[in-house]
Amino acid sequence: MEDKPSEVVLFGSWYSPYTSRVALALKLKGIPFKYVEENLSNKSELLLKYNPTHKKVPVLLHNGMPICESLIILEYIDEVWNHAPKLLPEDPYQRARVRFWANYTDQKIMPASYPILLLKGEEKQKAIEDMEEMQRVLEEGIKQDFPEQFSFFNGNTMGLLDIVMGVNSYNYKAFHEVTNSEIIGPKNPKIFMWVNAMKEHPLMKDTLPPHDKVVAMLKSMIAPTPDV
Amino acid sequence: MEDIKVLGFWSSPYVHRVIWALKLKGISYEYIEVERHGKSQLLRQSNPVYNKVPVLIHGGKSIAESMVILQYIEDTWPHNPLLPNDPYDRALARFWIKFGEDSIASITDLFMRPSKDEKERAIEIEKAQETLQVMEEKGIGEKKFFGGNNIGMVDLAYGLLCHWLEGLEEITGLKLIDPSRFPRLHAWTQNFKQVPVIKENLPDYEKLVVHLQWRRQQYM
Repeated sequence: MEDKPSEVVLFGSWYSPYTSRVALALKLKGIPFKYVEENLSNKSELLLKYNPTHKKVPVLLHNGMPICESLIILEYIDEVWNHAPKLLPEDPYQRARVRFWANYTDQKIMPASYPILLLKGEEKQKAIEDMEEMQRVLEEGIKQDFPEQFSFFNGNTMGLLDIVMGVNSYNYKAFHEVTNSEIIGPKNPKIFMWVNAMKEHPLMKDTLPPHDKVVAMLKSMIAPTPDV
Repeated sequence: MEDIKVLGFWSSPYVHRVIWALKLKGISYEYIEVERHGKSQLLRQSNPVYNKVPVLIHGGKSIAESMVILQYIEDTWPHNPLLPNDPYDRALARFWIKFGEDSIASITDLFMRPSKDEKERAIEIEKAQETLQVMEEKGIGEKKFFGGNNIGMVDLAYGLLCHWLEGLEEITGLKLIDPSRFPRLHAWTQNFKQVPVIKENLPDYEKLVVHLQWRRQQYM
């Protein structure tokens, strides 16, 4: 059966946080979509056709046209389906703050988790300290830029930054367990409270992989420890 | 008059993105040249996260990160738009902006932090050329500018490829944007610099070359 051009298709991977961002946004907006799970070690022809430059997930297909890069897809979704809930605030300065911290998460925090997973000993410890510093900066930034918000940045519903940070932190317990670290905790009270509030959101539970599956996935990424 | 300040270094291509955007929209601002080497208190206060230029300060509120600033300018002053109207075309423009952002380091590193190993150097150069090939075929394609017939936000984002890259090419003797290999991209560098707002707002070339020489020495 052929896909109708107006249909929305999401090409993704179950353990990719970037994919989860898009799935969450679509569900938040009540947009029906078809999901295609990609095997990233054996990418489909369609994925290579729709994202020839990077060959990565997620890709959103809308009216037969592909959109790539998760943050770009989120802004696209907000503009095309511009009914509530809005993913970005209306005020240009608030929008700039949301974009700034989303970029900070993507450029600094996301890449910083790999060294923690893959390094050992002193190098690993340094990587953990670097990440803790970034979380501290994030905590200070959130306090300053979103002083009134309690649970979610956009008030009571999830916005773009909630999606980005929420997805990233949802399985923090799995990350802590596998790496023997405590990146997110009471020392970052605002982030900690907000992450725990978001874990309870039904859409988060519905969309994100469960703890055990993530633990297994993270363990498979770690280099085996040499025999001592 | 609205209170708009731009904190910058005269030599920075990222600062120039902001200057170009404001000029293209006819927005008046006060330019403040900031002292280097972390000495500026104003910079540290207005950009505590990165302590880098450019920073835009509008009515006392600070915005950092050049592409975030450009989006802010576009959102706040929508006349003379720098992004297309259609959401899909806008997503495409953002894709090319991100592509440029992700590629810039590998291109400038080629000149600023070249590998001393010959084999690695060859690989570096090849990678940069592959990136430029994508820009040539898919970014610019048949268009005069990334933005179409007129320059837009994508062109501003790629501004470093002209003037600054020319300076680095002159210093090192490595001609990266070779007109025979990348005719469209090369033509773009010439066309972009001819746009009046750009032409009138570029750092002095000779001064820039001296500055880039000095910075290159710092790394090596």
